[in-house]
Amino acid sequence: MSSLALRLRSSEHLPVAAGAACTLALLLFGSLYSSNFLSPDYLLLQLQIASFLGVVATGAMLVILLGGIDLSVPWVVTVGGMMSTAAAGWWGESGAVFAIPFGILCGAALGLLNGIGVAYLRVPSMIFTLGINAVAQGLIVLQTGGFAPQDRATPAMHLIATGRSWFGLPNALLVWAVVGAGTMFLLHRTTLGRSIYAIGNRERAAYLSGVNTRFVTLLCFVIAGACSAAAGVLLTGYSTKAYQAMGDAYQLPAIAAVVLGGTNILGGRGSHLGTVVGVVLITLLQSILSVMQISEMGRQVTYGVVIIGMLLIYGRGRRHSA
Amino acid sequence: MSSKRSDWYFRLREHRATLIAVALFAVLFAVYIAKHQIGWTVPVLTTAANKGVLLAVVAMAQTLPVLTGGIDLSVGMVFVLANCLASYLVVGTPLQAAGGVVVVLAAGALCGFLNGLIIVYGRLQPIITTLATGIVYYGLALGLRPVPGGDVQAGLADALTGALPGGVPAMIAVLCATVVLVWLPYRRSVLGRAALAIGSSEAATYMSGVAIGRTKIVTYTLAGLLAAVGGLLLTFVTFSGEASSAIGGVYTLNSIAAVVIGGTVLSGGAGSAIGSIFGAFALRTIGDLLFVFDLEPLWQPLFQGVILLTAVSFGAVRLLKLQNRLDLYR
Repeated sequence: MSSLALRLRSSEHLPVAAGAACTLALLLFGSLYSSNFLSPDYLLLQLQIASFLGVVATGAMLVILLGGIDLSVPWVVTVGGMMSTAAAGWWGESGAVFAIPFGILCGAALGLLNGIGVAYLRVPSMIFTLGINAVAQGLIVLQTGGFAPQDRATPAMHLIATGRSWFGLPNALLVWAVVGAGTMFLLHRTTLGRSIYAIGNRERAAYLSGVNTRFVTLLCFVIAGACSAAAGVLLTGYSTKAYQAMGDAYQLPAIAAVVLGGTNILGGRGSHLGTVVGVVLITLLQSILSVMQISEMGRQVTYGVVIIGMLLIYGRGRRHSA
Repeated sequence: MSSKRSDWYFRLREHRATLIAVALFAVLFAVYIAKHQIGWTVPVLTTAANKGVLLAVVAMAQTLPVLTGGIDLSVGMVFVLANCLASYLVVGTPLQAAGGVVVVLAAGALCGFLNGLIIVYGRLQPIITTLATGIVYYGLALGLRPVPGGDVQAGLADALTGALPGGVPAMIAVLCATVVLVWLPYRRSVLGRAALAIGSSEAATYMSGVAIGRTKIVTYTLAGLLAAVGGLLLTFVTFSGEASSAIGGVYTLNSIAAVVIGGTVLSGGAGSAIGSIFGAFALRTIGDLLFVFDLEPLWQPLFQGVILLTAVSFGAVRLLKLQNRLDLYR
């Protein structure tokens, strides 16, 4: 038993295991409150809702692995939702066909700007992505204030976000699974993935080893932008409408999920499996807090205290950093 | 003779970032006043000061943790919490109001103290700690003010948001008092120097026998106190308390932007609160410029974002002068 604990500690799976244990504990706690928490219906619904956060967190994780942070999530999510519906409004029937790729492309374009600022202009990611967030907001305000062609989701978006196929699994969950599988392949089976970890550990060393650090950074930000926008498209399909500030609720949970999943906020260490566990954990926590009908105040306070509590249990750093 | 010149040269270099922030603000403000319908009058200056000082104080709060290589993402929420608290406590007779002020400031300091405690003894990263405590502080503010409302002692509010005899906005005096009472003693003390050392290299500072934990805790406590000063001043401007996560978020993000424009390095170890103050003033003036230029209000967020991006990208000019590519990755 103790050797198992030691092996867990020395491998990097401890946060993943601890996160999974916390998830189970949350479920058991919820089932004491109402037996519905353990029903397949409820769990599938939670996974469906979790997939929106999961797609955002996948992109956020890549950037955090590099040692950066992406604070442009709120309005890039909104851009994804708004521009996909706008495409359908501008170009009618044919627009509806490529509404989804168009929304995601717009997000990727903003991610490209992020990447250029962070990788080539060497502006700290925290501040440059903040600026892009403001620019994205400005563009959306202009677009919706000046000429909003349409804000209704297309049937295809609605189907992907809310429909169920294959043994009753939600389509959104399948999207998340595909994105997740792609990310795992990228991180563990390609040189690009190794480069991401290397840059997060020590950018200078990675550069000296011949990694094209700037291009890898650029690419990660593009993927992160595309992920955020894709989540915006899903969210629009789910709520059948794109609206301003629809992404506001995703910035903090995405970072919290990545960090609770054991990814080092300074970069270089972490696994996508951990992020998945973190996303499920955060979604369940939010759901249980809202089902229990505590006041908004109680919800916010409990949410923050639980995150800090869980991090204190298994996310502590070394005594002194070098 | 030459030693005296090199001394001046050294001092100038040391404060170059701060001076650039001052110059940026001076240029922007000059354009603003020149284009303004009424121009350089006491009411215009007072309004500008009332808006600018709020952000300047929060930016000062942000500077302290950033100098140690940390960050405080909860300053905006402490600001909002102090605002809500003040809308209950800073009322009644002048004596009661004064007591309320003390309680509000103490509450802000307590929030910062908690941040410091968790960061030092919990060994969590500042960014994620303050992200989570910020949610808690916002929840508390929401508990105090589920709907906007409240009041504030009118005499005190009028005195602080008006102008002193001679036409100097009272808020500027408050800001100067904050600098003299909080920033200068901190910067000149052993603690302030230790904070800069931690920002440069935590390992080296630890090995030099500096009390890292105590320094960080005091730093975050002062940050909380300063954020509460900002929240208190907001109450005097608005005469009410509002638990808005949007306001908290905007102030947190703008405080980081002000710190960067003010020349403080985000990785810590170099910079000053004076730079952040002028960075905050510059940011505020950018927002006001739109109105004097008669641009469509719809353009405002985009304009602000583009200016912010341009301002922070100016640092990239340095890259052109680099001889060795390796210097990029320090």
